[in-house]
Amino acid sequence: MAALVFDVACPLRSFDLEVALEVERETFALVGQSGAGKTTALRAIAGLVRPSRGRIVLGEETLFDSERGIDRPPEERRVGLVFQEYALFPHLSVEANVGFGGRDRVHELLDRFGIAHLAPARPEELSGGERQRVALARALARDPAVLLLDEPMAALDAHTRAGVRAELQELLRELGLPTILVTHDFEDAAALADRVGVIAEGHVLQLGTPDELVAAPADAFVAGFTGGNLLHGFARAGPDDLTEVVLDGGAVVFSTDRGEGRVGVVVYPWEVSIAPAESVPTDSALNHVSAPIASLVTIGNRVRVRVGPLVGEVTAASAERLALERGRLVVASFKATGARLVPLRDD
Amino acid sequence: MRRIAFSVFCLVAAVLALSFLLLPILAIFLRVSPGDLLGKLDDGVVRDALVVTAVTNGIAFGITLVVGTPAAYLLATRRFQGRAFVLTLCELPLVMPPAVAGIGLLAAFGRLGLLGSTLDTLGVRIGFTQAAVVLAILFVAGPFYLRPAIAAFETVDPTLLAAARTLGAGPGRTFLRVALPLAGTGLSAAAALSLARGIGEFGATIMFAGSLQGVTQTLSLAIYRQFDVDFTQALAMGALLVVLSAAVLLTIKLVPTWRRSSSTSPALFAPSISR
Repeated sequence: MAALVFDVACPLRSFDLEVALEVERETFALVGQSGAGKTTALRAIAGLVRPSRGRIVLGEETLFDSERGIDRPPEERRVGLVFQEYALFPHLSVEANVGFGGRDRVHELLDRFGIAHLAPARPEELSGGERQRVALARALARDPAVLLLDEPMAALDAHTRAGVRAELQELLRELGLPTILVTHDFEDAAALADRVGVIAEGHVLQLGTPDELVAAPADAFVAGFTGGNLLHGFARAGPDDLTEVVLDGGAVVFSTDRGEGRVGVVVYPWEVSIAPAESVPTDSALNHVSAPIASLVTIGNRVRVRVGPLVGEVTAASAERLALERGRLVVASFKATGARLVPLRDD
Repeated sequence: MRRIAFSVFCLVAAVLALSFLLLPILAIFLRVSPGDLLGKLDDGVVRDALVVTAVTNGIAFGITLVVGTPAAYLLATRRFQGRAFVLTLCELPLVMPPAVAGIGLLAAFGRLGLLGSTLDTLGVRIGFTQAAVVLAILFVAGPFYLRPAIAAFETVDPTLLAAARTLGAGPGRTFLRVALPLAGTGLSAAAALSLARGIGEFGATIMFAGSLQGVTQTLSLAIYRQFDVDFTQALAMGALLVVLSAAVLLTIKLVPTWRRSSSTSPALFAPSISR
């Protein structure tokens, strides 16, 4: 039996959260936009929200079962919840915060998280990264059977994020606890989680490893969420056993996927290559979009180049070699195998 | 030129207002020498009034804190139908004229009142006893604690209470270790305010409890009784109450600095009451 079985329905403001999950000793990420019901799912596991029906079983213990009338109060659930803004007690020292749930392991945890020197400090004196460590130590002090992280990165500023993400990755691996984290950022989820569930309006649209989601997004929402370019068009059978898609803008692209009628074409940025317009590429790519560069955004050693409806990603070195700049006419190319067809949701 | 005129107008207004507010207070102390004031306090009437004031207010204050605090916590943390109405009800005694409070208490607990006959058969008589003074203080001064206490608990982030629960604290421990310390500053201010209002209670008490020396005659009532008999003694008791009020006010002002750790220092009077 799974470490955590979660199968509940919970009314939210404008829709119902209906999620069924089984989480093993792994890190599971629930990703979706804010308001999709992610946080409610965590709060239901912790006992802070009462589902309208369903059951939650942690190990051998039933935490909630609407049919059998079981609903254990939060203080009796072995659940470590790290809140989005960490919810540290402002009137207690770091040591007292960590010791709130259990005094036995306080010093061990303070040492382990490298915050022993902060023991007498108040939360208001800490940096974002330090607060997160205190919140994690506090949640672990109760020796939880499942760890729940609500947007663990959201309260951090951009330049501490990368470091904290690496730390958290390391920690989750060491702990070997079943962990559910919720985030609106697919990159965070992909970096931290073994499996990811994409949730929208209370329903899980797709479950899989991060690689699986990227390789075969179930629909346009998942594709967009995982970072793919989404082009809308009309598909019909084309030459050479390919599918021909007439995009809404009039351009025609080819895909090796099968499809007919209204479809979404998903192209990931790393499958788009950029070349100067003068040198029409003679590679194996079937699909070419010629347009001036609309924007260039440098992220570390990569540059995101927007060409017409597409965002392509090239290395900073390539961008320099090709002298890419805004307004320059270029050709963005991608292979028919890189053009995935997904169903569009009714819109 | 116009700007200067306006500034002068404001300055004159400020001086007028402050002088008017301070004059009666100063007059209490300036009219008779401090020695005479102190001397006048050494008297049976004053001693009795002091004891009655201390005993009745002590009991009423204790009940206000013990009952008012959990009640405020519940009203602050639960959402239910008609909540706004209930909160407005808590505010009603704040704006009610004391005479109305007095007549209301008589109508409820007096011998011929709503609960009067029930209490009578139980052998309990409240009208014109010390219990009546306590009830009058509770009714008039209690809301001065209850309403800002609700506001103080409302400022406590519910996520912190949720966090305490997930860390193994039951509702009771969550209240004691998280809600109470975080609302502490606001609660202390509310308590001081309620105590000051209770010590000064006059209208409801005189109607519901009468003014029997040594039984129901508090300092406020004794001032009223004595002012045409022995004006200096009335002044002396007035001075005593001014000192007590000043002490309460000072407590309110100083508490937030003692409790640096608390998350809030709510505005003292108007906002928490009118919310």
